[in-house]
Amino acid sequence: MKLLSNTAVLLRKEVHAEFRSHELLTTTSVFMLIVIVLFSFTFDPTSAESRQFGPGLLWLAFLFSASLMLQACFLRERTNDTLSALRLAVNDPFAIFLAKLCANTIFLLVAELVLLFVFAVFYNVSVFPVFPQLVLVFFLGSLGISTTGTALSAVSSQARMREVLLPLLLMPLLVPVLIPSTEATKALLETEPALRWDWLGILVAFDVVFLTALWLFGEYLLEE
Amino acid sequence: MAKTGVYTFLVCALMCGAAYAAFFRAPDEATMHLVQRIFYLHAPSGMTSLAAFLVSFIGSVTYILTRKPKWDWLAVSAAEVGLAFCTVVLITGPIWAKPAWGVWWAWDARLTSTLVLWMLYVAFLILRTMIEDSDRRALVSAFFGVFAFLDVPLVYGSIWWWRMQHPQPVVFTSTGLDPTMRKVFNLSWLSLTCLMALLIRQRYELESSREELRTIEQELEAN
Repeated sequence: MKLLSNTAVLLRKEVHAEFRSHELLTTTSVFMLIVIVLFSFTFDPTSAESRQFGPGLLWLAFLFSASLMLQACFLRERTNDTLSALRLAVNDPFAIFLAKLCANTIFLLVAELVLLFVFAVFYNVSVFPVFPQLVLVFFLGSLGISTTGTALSAVSSQARMREVLLPLLLMPLLVPVLIPSTEATKALLETEPALRWDWLGILVAFDVVFLTALWLFGEYLLEE
Repeated sequence: MAKTGVYTFLVCALMCGAAYAAFFRAPDEATMHLVQRIFYLHAPSGMTSLAAFLVSFIGSVTYILTRKPKWDWLAVSAAEVGLAFCTVVLITGPIWAKPAWGVWWAWDARLTSTLVLWMLYVAFLILRTMIEDSDRRALVSAFFGVFAFLDVPLVYGSIWWWRMQHPQPVVFTSTGLDPTMRKVFNLSWLSLTCLMALLIRQRYELESSREELRTIEQELEAN
């Protein structure tokens, strides 16, 4: 119970900080938009092609944007020297990770949903009939990205060349998120949409494995 | 020193024996002929690299729990050796694929997951070069080592589900492999596993000597 109440307080802090600065959501959404627009120059996006390639492009845009967004996660605490204060404020250090990954999942999901509509307009794809199912896929994918991304943000913030290092560590690790998310999104955007539970199963397995690993070993990363 | 020399000699002899068996004792494969013989290096290298990554994972977890530097030395030594074997898999795979499939590279499940695995452990080694403090480096890289190893079955599972073009495994089935081929395969596997153990041991000794040198330098600076 203490873990949940600590997490709730820290999550509120993260959301407040974001609503005050509007840094992460704005930059992430604009970056996603730029990537999606740039992708449209690489092929002629007819409706059939969009259904075939669109989901992959969409998830690549999400991944690139997330790797930029997650940089700030622990860097801010280290720059402002507030990590020690956070550690003293909570009983279980996992609460710090849990709050940050919840906040990152929310921010990422909001940016993804905004960009989904832009994508639907630009690439002439109908998303309304399968919107709830898409939200489920986006949520599971974003949770996987945020869990590993938050942990690796704590890793890269302690190293040199951290801006390059985070994508370098994160991208290969996220292959098991990229493939199922893309395939599940593609199946939903087909002319006969289907919710692929096999792909969702892989996403759930990824989320459970890395959440457990973070819970078991995460606190060691916050040692001074 | 003499013990290492004897062990090195034995490993070399075993590897020469395995190479002789692969070229002259193993029967000719009916469809692929000579090019199939690369299988005796390719597949055991893949299995040996996975074994080395498992050793690295054990080293990483034990370092996080005990904080004894020797476990970090083991983790980095095994990761480097595993990466070398993984590179052998990635080089021999296309050499086999060109005559067999007509292309150097096919995005099939096993080659692709091996490539992702290779990228993960390259990232692991790059991460280690980016942190100066040895204790911090050991802890942070151990954490990433755990994440990288946990990712392996998920990478393999997702890519396998996504694309399956590679020949089905015949090594562990009772009927798939000719008995002589199986014996030669086992000999190659044994020789590469012994080579892995030798290389990890040598790399571990090097890391231990580096640490000793660092301590002496620090003591000299303090005086």
